[in-house]
Amino acid sequence: MADLATATRKSALTARGGFSEVVLTPAPAASRLSLRAGADALPGLSAALGVTLPTRAKTSASKGKRHALWLGPDEWLVIDEGEADLMAAAAKSGALHSAVDVSHRNVAVVVSGPGAEVAINSGCPQDLSLAIFPVGACSRTIFGKVEIVLLRIAEDTFRVECWRSFSPYVFGMLSEGAADAGH
Amino acid sequence: MLLIYCPYCEEERSELEFRNAGDAHIVRPTNIAEISDEEFEEFFFLRQNPKGLIFERWRHIHGCGRFFNAARDTVSDRFYTTYKAGEPKPDVAAILKGEQDKGAAR
Repeated sequence: MADLATATRKSALTARGGFSEVVLTPAPAASRLSLRAGADALPGLSAALGVTLPTRAKTSASKGKRHALWLGPDEWLVIDEGEADLMAAAAKSGALHSAVDVSHRNVAVVVSGPGAEVAINSGCPQDLSLAIFPVGACSRTIFGKVEIVLLRIAEDTFRVECWRSFSPYVFGMLSEGAADAGH
Repeated sequence: MLLIYCPYCEEERSELEFRNAGDAHIVRPTNIAEISDEEFEEFFFLRQNPKGLIFERWRHIHGCGRFFNAARDTVSDRFYTTYKAGEPKPDVAAILKGEQDKGAAR
């Protein structure tokens, strides 16, 4: 007789525990800047922020604890993990730009481990293979029902930025994905 | 899942990242305060809703955030081409001819 396919019963809290393939870490506080500027303001802003704003789609630039993520043709997310005052730095550039301090709007989850890709792909439609989404690649995209900004900081490590009120959902969804990544 | 090519990200992305934004190439009259109610209705409300090829605005809302234009088939949902906002409308005959050639090659 053919074997019956049976789903494994798991507790409602299974996804709250530790996982073999993935480690989920809430990232420490960081300062963040939502930056919009035209092409002519880029040299000034890059010099003032100390990191070259990338102009190619899906790329980021990092220097020390500071990262500049390309979000759109005139839009960047600047993250400083050292909580430096990015607003003051941008204001010193002398170039025309629009900057909004979104440090407390976003929170980040660091997803690492061999199953990180699988965990994120549980809710994100992007191709996260290394050839298409290499280290340093970043993208605003969708994860389940919410918008996230994804940054690959190492081959098996991603930084997932989301709006703070969505973070319980994102962490829960990532946990579910992480629990499945081991299978 | 439908993949849509974003001309700004220069990559095909999932339909989940996009949102439709109505018909493309609708020009706002420069003398908007002077036109009659009927003319305004024509500009603002009335659309063709064709069966087949349509030019639409789409927005890569969960991506680069940009609006762009697309030529799409309303029957098959197939995207013939996408191009940046502000670029001229592609030639309809050329698009359909290209599709026919592709079909013949298959």
